[in-house]
Amino acid sequence: MLLAWQWFHRLGSPRWFYDKSSRWLIWLMPLTLALLATGLVWGLAFAPIDAKQGDSYRIIFIHMPAAVVALAGYYVMAVAGAVGLIWRMKLPFMVMKSAAPIGAVLTALTLITGSLWGHPTWGTFWEWDARNIFMLILLFLYLGIILLGSIYPSRDAGDKACALLALVGTVNVPIIYKSVDWWYSLHQPASIKFTGESSIHASMLYPLLICVVAYYCVFSLALILYTRHEILVREARTQWVKDLSQLPGKNQGGAHAKL
Amino acid sequence: MHPVRKQRLIIVLAIVALSSLAIGLLVYALSENINLFYPPAKFSANEVPREVRVRAGGCVEPGSVVRDSDSLLVKFALVDGTGRLKVAYDGILPDLFAEGEAAVVNGTWSNNNVFYADQVLAKHDETYMPPEVAEAMNNGEQHQASCEEANYGS
Repeated sequence: MLLAWQWFHRLGSPRWFYDKSSRWLIWLMPLTLALLATGLVWGLAFAPIDAKQGDSYRIIFIHMPAAVVALAGYYVMAVAGAVGLIWRMKLPFMVMKSAAPIGAVLTALTLITGSLWGHPTWGTFWEWDARNIFMLILLFLYLGIILLGSIYPSRDAGDKACALLALVGTVNVPIIYKSVDWWYSLHQPASIKFTGESSIHASMLYPLLICVVAYYCVFSLALILYTRHEILVREARTQWVKDLSQLPGKNQGGAHAKL
Repeated sequence: MHPVRKQRLIIVLAIVALSSLAIGLLVYALSENINLFYPPAKFSANEVPREVRVRAGGCVEPGSVVRDSDSLLVKFALVDGTGRLKVAYDGILPDLFAEGEAAVVNGTWSNNNVFYADQVLAKHDETYMPPEVAEAMNNGEQHQASCEEANYGS
């Protein structure tokens, strides 16, 4: 138990995260690229066409994983905010701040691709459907958190305000998820079911699942890169960051001598 | 856990719980307005206002679609488990509009019990399958079944 807490507090150290994450990136980057290429090429080029929609259904390979990760990413942001509020650690707030723009981009991608699919399928680019409305609210929540963080003169106050807004907004995620079941809506219910048989044919389901995993990897990758950037910005005055900027290599004595 | 952190944890959980409750109640109270459309059962039960803009949604009854020979006028019926609504529409239907498929129509319900639509949207269901699989499943029967299953009353 004590060991677990120790590990937890080490995770809260920006320097520890910066060192460790450089090693994670080495395998996460090629893995992400490979999964994304496999999923998208399989889905967009090789999966069979849909009996009713023809080729236009293929937008699901971009739309649905983006939506899933936009929702999951909100929880990542909110939980990071909560940890920051409770333990007053630096790193969770940096993670929270970094997650917001990634989530906003994914939400915008979901809305745009959904709109492009809606026009040939439903017959309209936009409808004030429950799913659409609450997804738009999610975009505003993400954008609100980005803005809120930048208007406070003190970084500490901005972080706390963002964390509060993120926590209050969490209720939107289950509402988006269940909106198609709770209300009469134009958006179809989920095709992939956790219990029972999925209503999407296996030949389309497998590339879709690969795309979902790939999008999770993209999110993690972007989150790590953004957080590393945020660490350097916020810790710019610490000695270890100054040392980083000196020269590559760890023999600082020798490097100084040459300069 | 340090008592101060424990207290902060309780505060954070309380914020999440109370704000969720408040927003949840708000959304629940607005439920009727969040529904995109009225199901045919509501029309049959005469619970829909007439001569105002509303949306109706249901399954396009197989065999009910009648196209006018020299205009774009099309008449069809939307059904669910218990209700039936006659719809008239003058315009181009979306590609995915078909008998046995769900549709959402935008317009007014007239006093003569006909819904005059000025917009028809096709509601795609959640099934995705290649054409060969769809053929093997015998689409005609599927359509009939999907309309009988349609029930928006729950």
